[in-house]
Amino acid sequence: MEVTGLVSTRVQRLLVIVFVGLLASLAFVGGATAAHADEVGTEYDFSLQGFVRNDGEPIQDVLISVSGNGYTAEVVTDADGKWLIGVPDKGTYSITLDESTLPTGIIVTDAANPDVSNTVELTIDATNSKTYNFFLGAGVRETTSFLDQLIQRAVTGLGFGLMLALAAIGLSLIFGTTGLSNFAHAEMVTFGALAALTLAVDLALPLGIALVGALVLSGAFGWGLDAALWKPLRRKGVGLIPMMIVSIGLSLALRYLYQYFYGGSTRQLPGADGLDLKFGPISLSPLDMLSMAISIVVLLGVAFFLLRTRIGKATRAVSDNPSLASASGIDVDRVIRIVWVIGGALAGLSGILYAFYRPGVSWDMGFQILLLIFAAVTLGGLGTAFGALVGSLIVGLFIEVSTLWIPSDMKYVGALVILILVLLVRPQGILGRKERIG
Amino acid sequence: MVDFWQIIQNAAIEIVSPTTAAYALAALGLAIHFGYTGLLNFGQAGFMAIGAYGYAISTLTLGFPVWASVLVGLGGSVVFALLLGIPTLRLRADYLAIVTIAASEILRLVFTTNSLDAVTGSADGLSGYKNGFADLNPIPTGTYGFGPFTMNEYDLWLRIVGWGLVIILGLLAWQLMRSPWGRVIKGIREDEDAVRALGKNVYFYKMQSLILGGLFGTLGGMIFVLPRAVVPANYATTLTFFIYTILLLGGAATILGPIVGSIVFWVLLSAVSGFVARAQAVGWFPGMSSVQAGQTRFIIVGVVLMLLVIFRPQGIFGNKKELSFVK
Amino acid sequence: MSSSGGPSTRPVKTVDLHIGDSVPGVKKTNPIIVADKVKRAFGGLTAVDVDHLEIPRNAITALIGPNGAGKTTFFNLLTGFDKPDTGKWTFSGKSLAGIPSFKVARLGQVRTFQLTKALNLLTVLDNMKLGAKGQKGENMFYALLPWLWRKQEEENDAKAMELLARFKLDTKAGDFAASLSGGQRKLLEMARALMSDPTLVMLDEPMAGVNPALTQSLLDHILDLKKQGMTVLFVEHDMQMVSHIADWVVVMAEGKIVAEGPPDEVMRNPAVIDAYLGSHHDSDLGEDPNEEQAEHAMKELLHDDDKS
Repeated sequence: MEVTGLVSTRVQRLLVIVFVGLLASLAFVGGATAAHADEVGTEYDFSLQGFVRNDGEPIQDVLISVSGNGYTAEVVTDADGKWLIGVPDKGTYSITLDESTLPTGIIVTDAANPDVSNTVELTIDATNSKTYNFFLGAGVRETTSFLDQLIQRAVTGLGFGLMLALAAIGLSLIFGTTGLSNFAHAEMVTFGALAALTLAVDLALPLGIALVGALVLSGAFGWGLDAALWKPLRRKGVGLIPMMIVSIGLSLALRYLYQYFYGGSTRQLPGADGLDLKFGPISLSPLDMLSMAISIVVLLGVAFFLLRTRIGKATRAVSDNPSLASASGIDVDRVIRIVWVIGGALAGLSGILYAFYRPGVSWDMGFQILLLIFAAVTLGGLGTAFGALVGSLIVGLFIEVSTLWIPSDMKYVGALVILILVLLVRPQGILGRKERIG
Repeated sequence: MVDFWQIIQNAAIEIVSPTTAAYALAALGLAIHFGYTGLLNFGQAGFMAIGAYGYAISTLTLGFPVWASVLVGLGGSVVFALLLGIPTLRLRADYLAIVTIAASEILRLVFTTNSLDAVTGSADGLSGYKNGFADLNPIPTGTYGFGPFTMNEYDLWLRIVGWGLVIILGLLAWQLMRSPWGRVIKGIREDEDAVRALGKNVYFYKMQSLILGGLFGTLGGMIFVLPRAVVPANYATTLTFFIYTILLLGGAATILGPIVGSIVFWVLLSAVSGFVARAQAVGWFPGMSSVQAGQTRFIIVGVVLMLLVIFRPQGIFGNKKELSFVK
Repeated sequence: MSSSGGPSTRPVKTVDLHIGDSVPGVKKTNPIIVADKVKRAFGGLTAVDVDHLEIPRNAITALIGPNGAGKTTFFNLLTGFDKPDTGKWTFSGKSLAGIPSFKVARLGQVRTFQLTKALNLLTVLDNMKLGAKGQKGENMFYALLPWLWRKQEEENDAKAMELLARFKLDTKAGDFAASLSGGQRKLLEMARALMSDPTLVMLDEPMAGVNPALTQSLLDHILDLKKQGMTVLFVEHDMQMVSHIADWVVVMAEGKIVAEGPPDEVMRNPAVIDAYLGSHHDSDLGEDPNEEQAEHAMKELLHDDDKS
């Protein structure tokens, strides 16, 4: 091993260097060439556009970004100061002008309206297109210090990570007890959000009742999937890899079934708007805080369940060694059933919180974060519930904090690269047991 | 009234369409990975993207001739396979799955980002790289074929190259798999420790398989973009899943399976979505909108994939006993 | 098992294998494997801790010991399937520490597994041919040029059929290995190992899960290997069987070598009796790295019974 070990470690180091180098050069090329896109998303029917001019003088290369309804895009102005961003749906979008890309001494300002900010909200309703021109003028830009930005991002990332953890722990428990890498977990996440949408908007139930109802439905959905599909397949003795491919088929079918019934648009849950509260450098909406609090309470509850309750201990025993657990009198089928119910409910809750975070409910929202959930589970150590929590927090933090350096439409890239790098040095994951994995 | 003749004609076009050939190539590569070696490659979309972008960027940005652009794509594919394989092929099979799926998503996101717009065209993608390929066309201008298979000289040339590649690479894979090399590869699928105990360098063989199957996917990626534009959204994970469906449809550990699987997949997909769309238009499905009619195809693919794995894991051509996976 | 387990004729034992008293670590006149300070721990548990061990050449050596004694782990270490924390060992004078398993096999030290590793969806004949060494056609580029390896392939065909005939599997040559019974798989695995003309054959529990009717022929085959000049090292539980065919017995307990010597001598050794009895007292410790393997073996056994 001495010889091969050395070589493989060396090769791995080399790989890391090559990989990082590759990314760095991509970022470099990016910086040098971003100047040409003045229109993006032209394939969509709806668009936002405008001019950036100072005293009638067009300003080129100003970065404009749009976000809303689960969609984000960036564009820079052309020689005429013009920009256009296509968006997939009607709805409200927030448009931000990056003041750091303006010439020095010029900021977004308006004598008539001293409160004007570099971020505005625009709503596309009746027309297919909306125009907004930023008012510019001489002034000193208020910059947020790097540290403040870092803190803000870290807090946002923590919230995202906690939300991911809810889904990841369910996935990890299911993997631990049944060995199934469940690709349809994404659709269980989406299910929670869609159920909440149906109950709260379509049936107009009070929000609280709707959310509880959505959670119950999500748990029932998990139970139903196990009872109707996975349990029979286990009985049939279908192998783990075929089961995984079945879950891929299920994911595909469910996702487009959602699209079939709910359409391709993004819809909002009630209560999604709320003013941000400021805590020093951190600005959070009450909803963000509530979401983080709920996540923490639920995660503590899951931890209590796993560590203190009889059935929780049985779950861990089944994860460790199913045949031994079965031999020592644990009803493995019952444990798996309970795990599916819990997994479904946790995924549903994660979907609801994600719907407020993005914000919006759409048919493929779960699929958008599926790889991140997988990354979190793998990062923490396959099949360990607490590993999934740690992995999720790392992924969440990394995604948000990395946007300080890399373009925001590449933020998932960072998380996935981290996943690969961690696997290189520690294949068993951060909390995974070191055992024969090769 | 539903025009069944038109539906049949449209479906028949798919039999020889270059897209069918491209998917057949990618599925053949995946057969080498998954069906023969047991490697869980979930990044075949990434290998295809490398073919598409490698070719298009070399042609557009670097001004390379056709042969050099093809080589760039193939070279990129080998590098990609090495990057994926060196760290993961020593580990349990699911690690390769996670790393390949993550890596192909990384590629897609990198090809989509605005920061690289000048090179990749970001979300809009690339076009206008076909002249070099069209210039190589020895077929004089004109109209060829009959009935639904009527086409111009470019389309004919493209089909000849695409299906020529399918035949050549199919024969190559067939010869490899009946050789002692193929025996080692299949042995690794069954139990790599046993093969190791017989003195074979399993890691090396797995790497060869990963590279070879990846190259098939990359060539498929090039054929895929010759009748259309390069658009990053095409290379999402769903593409890999479609190729798995094709592979399992035909039979994972067969050569003919992925090829016929691709034909069956596209013909059925065209026929079913053609039928649903037309039937919806004349009101056979009350309550279904035309948009919904378009989405049924994906639901059907998903359900077919599930049913295949559960009830006929050996596919159309697989030996009943030789299930591609019995573990 | 003991009544039907013995070989048909009383085997000829090889004697005078060691120099000096038969105590753990005794020198051999002609050792094929010499291991020194080989240690392997899983977590806190030391699975193998062998101070010094020599395996005699041209003899049949049995490695015995209670469940969890570290026999299979030691096997894995010697064949490069696992890496020791410390220690070195040589095979015919060549150091094997750090040599990957496939190279160990190429050097002529081949092994079988406790849980039979028949390659299920390959034919029995293909299983055999996979065992042959130095095949040109196993190179990816040569593979495309069949005329380069066709002759070699035919030779391997002939050799494989000859071996299969010896192991009474020749009628199954065209079947998938999956269709064989548990005992037949053991035979196939052993025959496959012989395709490479090894000098040392290491058999991990060759009798586990084998139908008693087949035990007889398996034992004869093992004795045959010695007659053909090969060295055999095998792991076994059944003392009765061991004393019949082994020329030398090494006893492991809790990872250490506790005794070695000729079979009859070892059977009388109080340390051995202690180790076996002791294992009964400690059998519920549960921290046993081999436990899972034992469980699998048990399942295979049950599975085998289902079939027959």
